Amino acid sequence: MLLFITKRFGLMLLTMLIVSLLLFVLLELQPGSVATKVLGLYSSEEHRTLWLEANGYLDPLWTRYLSWLGGMLTGDFGESIRFKTPVADVLWPRLWNTAILAFWTFAILVPLSLTLGVLAGMREGSALDRAISITSIITTSVPEFASAVFLSAIFVFSLGLLPGTSGMTDGFDPLQLFLPVMVLILYDVGYVTRMTRASMAEVMTTPYIRTAVLKGLPFKRVVFRHALRNALIAPFTVIMLQVNWLLSGVIVVEFFFAYKGFGSLLLEASLNQDIFLIEACTMVAVFVAVTTQTLADIGYTYLNPRIRLA
Amino acid sequence: MSSQDTSSSIGSSAAAQALLRGLRSLALLRESKIAIAGIALVGFWIVVALLAPLVAPFPPNAQIQPFAAPLSAAPDGGIFLLGTDQLGRDILSRVMWGARTVLFFAPLATLSAYVVGIVMGLAAGYFGGLVDDVLSRISDIILSFPVLVLYILIIATIGASGINIIIAVTFASAPGVMRIVRGLVLDLRTRNYVAAAQTRGESPWYIMLIEILPNARGPLIVDGCLRIGYVIITIGVLGFLGLGLPPPDPDWGGMINEARALALAFPHMTVIPCIAISTLVLGFNLLADGIREVSLHD
Repeated sequence: MLLFITKRFGLMLLTMLIVSLLLFVLLELQPGSVATKVLGLYSSEEHRTLWLEANGYLDPLWTRYLSWLGGMLTGDFGESIRFKTPVADVLWPRLWNTAILAFWTFAILVPLSLTLGVLAGMREGSALDRAISITSIITTSVPEFASAVFLSAIFVFSLGLLPGTSGMTDGFDPLQLFLPVMVLILYDVGYVTRMTRASMAEVMTTPYIRTAVLKGLPFKRVVFRHALRNALIAPFTVIMLQVNWLLSGVIVVEFFFAYKGFGSLLLEASLNQDIFLIEACTMVAVFVAVTTQTLADIGYTYLNPRIRLA
Repeated sequence: MSSQDTSSSIGSSAAAQALLRGLRSLALLRESKIAIAGIALVGFWIVVALLAPLVAPFPPNAQIQPFAAPLSAAPDGGIFLLGTDQLGRDILSRVMWGARTVLFFAPLATLSAYVVGIVMGLAAGYFGGLVDDVLSRISDIILSFPVLVLYILIIATIGASGINIIIAVTFASAPGVMRIVRGLVLDLRTRNYVAAAQTRGESPWYIMLIEILPNARGPLIVDGCLRIGYVIITIGVLGFLGLGLPPPDPDWGGMINEARALALAFPHMTVIPCIAISTLVLGFNLLADGIREVSLHD
């Protein structure tokens, strides 16, 4: 087990390293274009050369990559062109805002989708199962921007109950979190529910559950004491991997509701060619994604005794 | 010469048989209400896309009268059934023409991702060893990106255009297809008919494409329907973020992006294209579910 964990973390570091190299080559292969992005299209040739010299861009690619990597590891991401401040000063507060969004999304998403999935999967083919399954297909078919439009039209335009933007300009307002969180949940809940349902339905057909039912145990007891334990192994992985999807959803939702989070920062950086900000944001996004994938793998192996012993 | 003739006639009869089998499995779909609903939704939008030039009430880019409400009369005859946008373009006509855009780019991008993904998956699964290691590592790295981050990076680097969207979708989706194909090939390559073909001395690519691939079609068709739906969402999201097809040609995501600032005053401008994209994606998802359901019954 320990060897497996070490291996998985090694693989994770390797992936991060390769991603960082690709990103660096993609964005900083030509020092000239970096200087143009930093100093603007109308900067003079002389000015750019001076800047390149001052910032070590005349060194060979490998030296530059290594010093860039060192900066990344120590949290020195360079200076944002658009915000005129160190990238770290913009990045961390924005990341915190997104963490708040993600926390509430997961706090509601996980219990909701597990309950629905177990209810649907415990009696496969029942009316409740059909209703839950069809509803999940519908909610996963509506893209985040579309459900944001629909929910805004209902709650903001027609009913006037909720604020239409979530800029949090007058301090933190929980009411402004409502719509973004709801949109993120709506898109993800169907998928996690379906996965939980499939896992539950599969467990319910196993011989040991049939034995438990046939020997006269109450159905509730069979579900709670016997089926759930095994049925929840697969959804664990699915939920961990939702973090990767959530990172995509967060970009759309934050852009739509003007929420000052990590997703809108990444989009803004890309649209403005804010090169050091793009690099930092991408590395953070990939780090979060790869870490959750690794934890999902390790957790799955730990939870499933058949794999653990092998 | 004569041997060529027989082989081509064998080929055509095999094709006819495959067509017959395809039609028979299509007929099976009648048994699934979900599949019928899916076919109806997708069919509706295909018909709309095909007929758009004939039935759209106004030219999609004509700027007639801004901010007209749904069902209001146009200045020189006709009715804006679904209203107009901030530039005075008829929304119904734009949604109809937008169906053409999305039903052209989404299947094309999905197909391109499939061609690349299938070739990679066949090679990884069939040859194994170093080929498998290299291809699997590459796709692991691509799949480790949050997918929208990858799209934004690619489009922001190479620019927004139809062909670049196809490139980005191929790059981001091919690894997923590859994983599925690879898994199927690992199972199928142990079959007797593969061993028979190897003994006959057929080339590896003949075996992969003629012997293995047709037998992997079931799961690939289901995945393809889901993936087209997802690519439609992706194209919509890119348009919505302002990274999609350049204006003024109608594109559902782009329509939402352009009207976004006015959405709270004129919700019809954004709600209508959102309904369009959601129903089309729903159609493909229902179809995928129906096909899976029917194939499990066999």
